Amino acid sequence: MTDIAVQLEKLRPQLLKYAQLQLRNSAWAEDAVSETMLAAIEKPQSFAGQSQLKTWLVGILKHKLIDQIRRNSREMSTASAEDSQDFEEDLFQADGHWRDAPKDWGDPEHCLRQQDFMRVLEACVEHLPGQQGRLFMMREWLELDTDEICKELAISATNLWVMLHRARLRLRECMQLNWFNPATQTIEGTSS
Amino acid sequence: MIIGRTCKEVTHLVLQAEDTALPLADRLAVRLHMVVCKACPRFVEQVVFMRKASARWRQYSEE
Repeated sequence: MTDIAVQLEKLRPQLLKYAQLQLRNSAWAEDAVSETMLAAIEKPQSFAGQSQLKTWLVGILKHKLIDQIRRNSREMSTASAEDSQDFEEDLFQADGHWRDAPKDWGDPEHCLRQQDFMRVLEACVEHLPGQQGRLFMMREWLELDTDEICKELAISATNLWVMLHRARLRLRECMQLNWFNPATQTIEGTSS
Repeated sequence: MIIGRTCKEVTHLVLQAEDTALPLADRLAVRLHMVVCKACPRFVEQVVFMRKASARWRQYSEE
């Protein structure tokens, strides 16, 4: 029992990081993580190692995060001024042509095995405006389909699509600046 | 209109395809645009890579 307590405490910051990325509210994120740890203590299972334990905990956390999203759906679907900003004007000229053509990222597959790449990606997700970040996380991290997201948050498919579109454009821009062109690096990768 | 979509319109369609199946006419418009545009095929490569990166990140978050 003490053993599981120690291990849970060790993994808590990582769980909190993902909860915060999803909810963008530290009180709700704390609650979701506490509920996850409580569930883990109430149903103890044996694991071969820390990695298996984490996989199990993240699975529980994902359910608790969906509960939090349901409980706070109105706040979850509120857009900030930054969310509403049309980022596309920075990318395209009035006639619909690129201002700067997308850069060649070469063959970046090997990046996917680098921890630094994952840290920069996480930092870029963290830098998304609130609603864009929540919706991107629901879609890509919780792996909800678009119908489910619209239903949970009572938003239209068009609204969801516009927000995901902006999120993906911003994320790509952030990776361009901070990973593919390190000379212009503007944000620090978060520690895991 | 199938031919003559702008890069901005085509990037919309490319990103929309990440979340929903595009109608045939839009798929064709994207394909045709890619033949004549040098910039947008790079955008598509980046979108495909970011899709892989998201999947890998999901895995990473559980390890």
